[in-house]
Amino acid sequence: MDTQIAAKKSVNQQANQSRGIWADSFSRLLRQKSAIFGLIIVVTLICAALFAPYIAPYNPEKGILGDRLQAPSEGHWFGTDSQGRDILSRIIFGSRISIQIGIITVGISLVVGTFMGALSGYFGGVLDLLVMRFIDIMMAFPYILLAIAITAVLGPSLVNAMIAIGIVGIPIYARVVRGAVLSVKENEYVEAARAVGCSKSRIIWRHVLPNCIAPIIVQATLGIGTAILDSAGLSFLGLGARPPKSEWGLMLNQGKDSLQTAPWAVMFPGLAILLVVLGFNLLGDGLRDALDPKLKE
Amino acid sequence: MLSYIFRRLLMIIPVLIGVSILAFLLIHLIPGDPAVAMLGERATPERIAHLEEVLGLDDPLYVQYGRFMGQILQGDFGRSIHSNSPVLWEMGQRFPATIELTIAAMIIAIVVGMGAGIISAVKPYSIFDHISMGTALVGVSMPIFWLGLMLIYLFGVKLGLLPPSGRLDVTIDLETVTNIYVLDAIITGNWVALKDALRHLIMPAVALGTIPMAMIARMTRSSMLEVMRQDFVRTARAKGLPEKTIVFRHALKNAFLPVLTVIGLQFGYLLGGAVMTEWIFSWPGIGRWMFMAIGARDFPIVQGGILLIATVFVFVNLIVDVLYSYVDPRIRYD
Repeated sequence: MDTQIAAKKSVNQQANQSRGIWADSFSRLLRQKSAIFGLIIVVTLICAALFAPYIAPYNPEKGILGDRLQAPSEGHWFGTDSQGRDILSRIIFGSRISIQIGIITVGISLVVGTFMGALSGYFGGVLDLLVMRFIDIMMAFPYILLAIAITAVLGPSLVNAMIAIGIVGIPIYARVVRGAVLSVKENEYVEAARAVGCSKSRIIWRHVLPNCIAPIIVQATLGIGTAILDSAGLSFLGLGARPPKSEWGLMLNQGKDSLQTAPWAVMFPGLAILLVVLGFNLLGDGLRDALDPKLKE
Repeated sequence: MLSYIFRRLLMIIPVLIGVSILAFLLIHLIPGDPAVAMLGERATPERIAHLEEVLGLDDPLYVQYGRFMGQILQGDFGRSIHSNSPVLWEMGQRFPATIELTIAAMIIAIVVGMGAGIISAVKPYSIFDHISMGTALVGVSMPIFWLGLMLIYLFGVKLGLLPPSGRLDVTIDLETVTNIYVLDAIITGNWVALKDALRHLIMPAVALGTIPMAMIARMTRSSMLEVMRQDFVRTARAKGLPEKTIVFRHALKNAFLPVLTVIGLQFGYLLGGAVMTEWIFSWPGIGRWMFMAIGARDFPIVQGGILLIATVFVFVNLIVDVLYSYVDPRIRYD
């Protein structure tokens, strides 16, 4: 009987082992309450963005002047703004812009940063020195200030704000990827790939980078929250999205003039930003613990 | 130690040269004619030609950069396009206000952040720990521009406890020595001005200090928790030392290094974040000045401001590096 139980346990263990690193990480992620909370927020954001036309009660860009600055009520749950537009509808449609911002800005930082970090880490030497000094120079600027300066130069628009935030995010990804490449490239399988005559580019893209993916995923998840926050900041300063877009930072900018009489026009868009950034931060923290359990210990 | 500082100073030079190149290139990233962009579409051809001549925009880039650097090294940051006053002079007028705000924000962030982090680490998984770390997590995700507006609404408009904008009430006279009003009020013994300056300072400092405070609290807790598990802490307990001595004399000293790193990095964040905070609270510092210059496309001011803030940031990081060896004597810079 004992032998049977032991055998069963062993089979179960083997089954668990054969689930693979991703399934293991996912199950570790689901064991963290805060990460699940973050995941729920992120999934809600994505659903709101996907189904915005079906769930938003009003047109987000068309207001009724007679309904200006109405307090939250049954008809307008989050109230209306100075142009009589429903704030809840604008927040729901704003989720589309937030996701767009997150994906594009992190995409820019990720692609360029990964490329720079991978080459710098793998080849080392002069290339590494040059890339790292360039990164040092970029990191000598407080990043939001650099983003403001770049947007100011390119001209205020949402696209330019995304480009600016994407550019200032490059150094972080370059550093993360470089660090990961430096440790992965010493592994035996990389040595083996070299020994069988794989080209350098094949070794980097097929053997080294796929094994650096965990820290990149964590950084990207945290980066989406930061990108949404920074982009809202630029729009708040008048350097990002232009009216009548339903961008959350722009909504804050427009709501601040009526802060005394209609605080809801500022409160709800701000809460939306806070919640979404919190969601990505919680999910990012959870992913870090799930993908690298040693770190948590 | 001195040789280490000297070596670090040498290493800063290429970084500062790179920073100056980026600041210089800002003007050249402007799509179209930079002179037209700065003066506006309605500017007369004569004004545009004059500005192009003043900025030397017809010369090759390396000549322009050489001239730019030459002027910077002589302390000439150019003149504001709109007010025509020297950028360095205008900077001198506004920088003390930014310093006052960032130092106040940093003091709040360090005192509250480290305090919360230490208590959380000493009583892990307690109600205080859960509340303070939950608050810290929210704090890290906080849009400070929104927090600023909410503070103004609550304490400025609704409760009327604190002034919503500015540095000092217009009815109060203060003799300025350093242009840091709190310091000036203390130096001149003007207690009415001191009280008013502090009341003006509280809200912007809290708004600006929130994210660093949250970061410091999280880092202090995790660093302290790690140290509290070490053998030397167990030994200190076994010797019968009071808990206060163990926490502050033994654990905190060893846990402080990563906290110091976060403090250094957050100082740069504060200088950047000051742009938004100063704008919301009408605080007449470098950030608000730069933001207005951006709106007016007054690029000599933007360049000067960026150079100044980046240089301060680089030097703050150097100071943090040097402080490491004082905090942790095991670190030697040979």
